[in-house]
Amino acid sequence: MKVADKKRLLREMLFARRFEERCYEAYVERNIGGFLHLYPGEEACAHGVLEAADADKDYVITSYRDHVHAIKWGADPRKVMAELYAKETGVSKGRGGSMHIFDVKNRFMGGYALVGGPFPLAAGIAKAIQMKKGEEICICFLGDAANNQGTFHESLNMAKLWNLPVFYVCENNLYGIGTRIDRSTAVVEQYKRVSAYNIPSAQEDGQDVEKVYKAAGKAIKHVRSGKGPYFLELMTYRYRGHSMSDSNAYRARAEERMWSKRDPIIMFRDRLIEDGHLTKEEYTDMDTDILDEIENEVIAFANDSPEPPVSEVERYVLAENDPWVRGGVHK
Amino acid sequence: MTEIMFWEAVLRAHDEELANDPMVLVMGEDVGVVGGTYKATLGLYDKYGEQRVIDTPISENGFTGLGIGASFLGVRPIIEIMSVNFAWLAMDQMFNTAAKVRYMSGGQLEAPVVVRSPGGTAHQLGSQHSARMEKVFMGIAGLRVVTPSSPRQAYGLLKSAVRCNDPVFINEHELMYNMKGEVPDEEYFHPLEGSEIARPGRDVTLFGYNISVHWCLQAAELLSKHHGIEAEVVDLYALSPLDRAGIRDSVTRTHRAVIVEEAEPMVGVGAEVMAIINEECFFELDAAPLRVSALNVPIPYNHALEKTALPDANDVVEAVRTMFGV
Repeated sequence: MKVADKKRLLREMLFARRFEERCYEAYVERNIGGFLHLYPGEEACAHGVLEAADADKDYVITSYRDHVHAIKWGADPRKVMAELYAKETGVSKGRGGSMHIFDVKNRFMGGYALVGGPFPLAAGIAKAIQMKKGEEICICFLGDAANNQGTFHESLNMAKLWNLPVFYVCENNLYGIGTRIDRSTAVVEQYKRVSAYNIPSAQEDGQDVEKVYKAAGKAIKHVRSGKGPYFLELMTYRYRGHSMSDSNAYRARAEERMWSKRDPIIMFRDRLIEDGHLTKEEYTDMDTDILDEIENEVIAFANDSPEPPVSEVERYVLAENDPWVRGGVHK
Repeated sequence: MTEIMFWEAVLRAHDEELANDPMVLVMGEDVGVVGGTYKATLGLYDKYGEQRVIDTPISENGFTGLGIGASFLGVRPIIEIMSVNFAWLAMDQMFNTAAKVRYMSGGQLEAPVVVRSPGGTAHQLGSQHSARMEKVFMGIAGLRVVTPSSPRQAYGLLKSAVRCNDPVFINEHELMYNMKGEVPDEEYFHPLEGSEIARPGRDVTLFGYNISVHWCLQAAELLSKHHGIEAEVVDLYALSPLDRAGIRDSVTRTHRAVIVEEAEPMVGVGAEVMAIINEECFFELDAAPLRVSALNVPIPYNHALEKTALPDANDVVEAVRTMFGV
């Protein structure tokens, strides 16, 4: 990776951190409603993987912890925040909310709230790519706990059976809501589970963005070359509870301290400083600049935007003026 | 017009739609090499190949979700679920994804999938192969539900469903695949909304759908012959959205209504049509509407018990006689 790209990537990760922290505040201020699942601690996963993908071609789909993936894949952060503020200018026009960020023009195919729901959808997107003989791939991010759903096994089986161009990324943050992985899962090393489907897999340090980037690059090369699916397990940790309604009482503080010493942004920053590519002052300026942007542009845009008109509550349920609904004879 | 069997009508619609658009595909258990449990895809595997006529593993939620995901990119999947009882397993993807994705994405994505499945109760298949699930599907916003009563409807509804940009569930019936009927020779697209008057009449409206249309028609003949009662039979081939105007217009003509459903009465088509009658034309009524439904039991294996649990044309006649006091 070029130095300029490393510095951009660091800025993107720091932006993601500050964006999510600001979401927390906005939730406490009651500007964001519903459920809110935040990403701090896991930034190297989305950024490392998607840095290795083709932003002009590839499709991305994920769970409800979706803001950061969407922004990294091209969504305007102002429109993501506006969505969280339930505004008409939001990416999903205020109809989706935090768990349903969609930005289809950038091939961000959505955040979905049923754990494990996107597994088959990703395989289906890959099936469509295969039918069109495209060079794109579909990248599906889900957490470790999703792997205990039937859709995981059903989808891996079909993905391998039909050699679909799908790349499954498992963000293993060690907890399924409040239950630690070894208390819910017989085989805790997730990359081993896919061997049952003869799918190549690897496990990588999900806190080191450069390692993630390298591992993802290898996986993407495999999938794009037509060799079928790949599964990458990234070992990571979320700093906050599963969602805002989670008291986080089930985790040992010592465990949290241990992971905070392996913060993906701090580790990457320190490496860039050590290598002489970045100064502490530059980093501080970067942070200040990001905080200004979030407050003055992102939050301001969300605040100032209008809510969706109540008169449109029934829009988007069924297709508008679809001629096939009326039928007819075609000679 | 040519007289063909119901399964041949479904097969013809599949064939024409596969030929019309290279993005149409058919998927399901045994739809390929075997040609479908009810022959609805017979010969299509050889004609269109394994990429487009896909034998799936027995993973209903998985392959339904896969079809939905493919539809996001313009593929038009026709998904066969071998028996509607297995569709319970696919409801997560049908309800949580297909029915909601346009709405929750603010109109950015849609899932133009067709899911078709034989429902209804056949002969002694036991509780887990005899479900009637149309009432479950019709309760979900964002999903269209249609249910053909004839080969013509089966052909035309499937064709329109493939072209329509909404997800459509087509509820067929295990006992109807060998039923014969006339189908237009030219390409025909049946409306996905509305209702049809299967038999005009002036004294009472019998509302049916799918197999119960035939019970209504048999009952109407018996009522005419033995009691001089001329029943109108309205075929509700579209269960969601329901044809409010058609229901109102018929009841406004006849002033009486009996709703005939193969399913249990709880939260069903009968309940819904009665609610529409109440809302649309209560003061047109000369008698309280009645419904003829199955008993509220899992379907038994024993033939006599099974027959008792299900309604038939005689039950419809009895309901109308009760209503008229004859």
